[in-house]
Amino acid sequence: MSPVAIINKAKEKSLDIIGITDHNSTRMAPIIRDLGDREGVYVLCGAEVTTREEVHVLAFVDGNNALSLLQEYLNRYLIRIPNNPDVFGYQLVVNENEEVLYQEESLLIGTIEQSLDQVEEFVHSLGGIFIPAHIDKKSNSLLSQLGFLPPGLNVDALELSARCVVKSFLNEYSYLSNNNFICSSDAHYVKDIGKCFTLLDVKNFSFEAVKEAIKKSGVNNLIYH
Amino acid sequence: MKLKEISEKLDLKLFSCEEELGKEVTGGYASDLLSDVMGHSKEGQLWITLQTHKNVMGVASLKDLAGIILVKGFTPDAETIALSQSEGIPILGTDMEAFELCGRLYNLLN
Repeated sequence: MSPVAIINKAKEKSLDIIGITDHNSTRMAPIIRDLGDREGVYVLCGAEVTTREEVHVLAFVDGNNALSLLQEYLNRYLIRIPNNPDVFGYQLVVNENEEVLYQEESLLIGTIEQSLDQVEEFVHSLGGIFIPAHIDKKSNSLLSQLGFLPPGLNVDALELSARCVVKSFLNEYSYLSNNNFICSSDAHYVKDIGKCFTLLDVKNFSFEAVKEAIKKSGVNNLIYH
Repeated sequence: MKLKEISEKLDLKLFSCEEELGKEVTGGYASDLLSDVMGHSKEGQLWITLQTHKNVMGVASLKDLAGIILVKGFTPDAETIALSQSEGIPILGTDMEAFELCGRLYNLLN
């Protein structure tokens, strides 16, 4: 997805804040953030990390230093399997003019050699935001892989997917009701951006303010069309 | 042993890609973690799993596996079936649980 297309769609959908979470890579995020800064869209930068248990988690960090550290962490622990572009497509990093800056050779949809707990600890050590992704989905979610939310896991919120029927989900998983929630499109295509979104009560558009708002976001903040 | 013979002897259901049942099967690999299969399976093996989503096809294709056997009566998603046809990798199924299916397949192949 091109940075320009993403930001334009975000503006079209009146999204003030978007998160960029490529699988196991942060490389595109700052490029989109810099464009967003000029266009009035606040961009949370991070990655969708696949833990050893094959759970997808969203990791957001603040600033270029923290992003570099997160990228180094992913580089260090990504299990190296060569990508086959015929099967999974090319894994490219492009700038605003859609010029290719980098091609990732290792399969980014693989896992990293770190457990859920280890990823949580690392992200929080950087002052970041840790959110298990699309927990309602039947694959690669906390619930599909482990069956439950581990009692000691320090999560900032739980993400529900665009397809989630929240009421029936919470009926089935009532023990989760007191958690913080966000919902997101998890758009892999531009057309899906803004499919659902979360209303966050932010003091300003800064990482700390957004983090604080996420940690107060409940079921009533989730907007599905 | 050819996939067709295995399918008959284990009474497997065929979901897709009948044309490729003539494939030679070199062994089996049992795992529900895609990353594990990506890292350790070998070309020509039959993959035994309960995962039904389309990424299993991506992995099977990446590793040139002979086919996928879905256990416990699981059925493949529509997208998985479509990919199976285009990649030429059959998906079969059984009501057996993985333990039993693996035991029987192991005996057949050894």
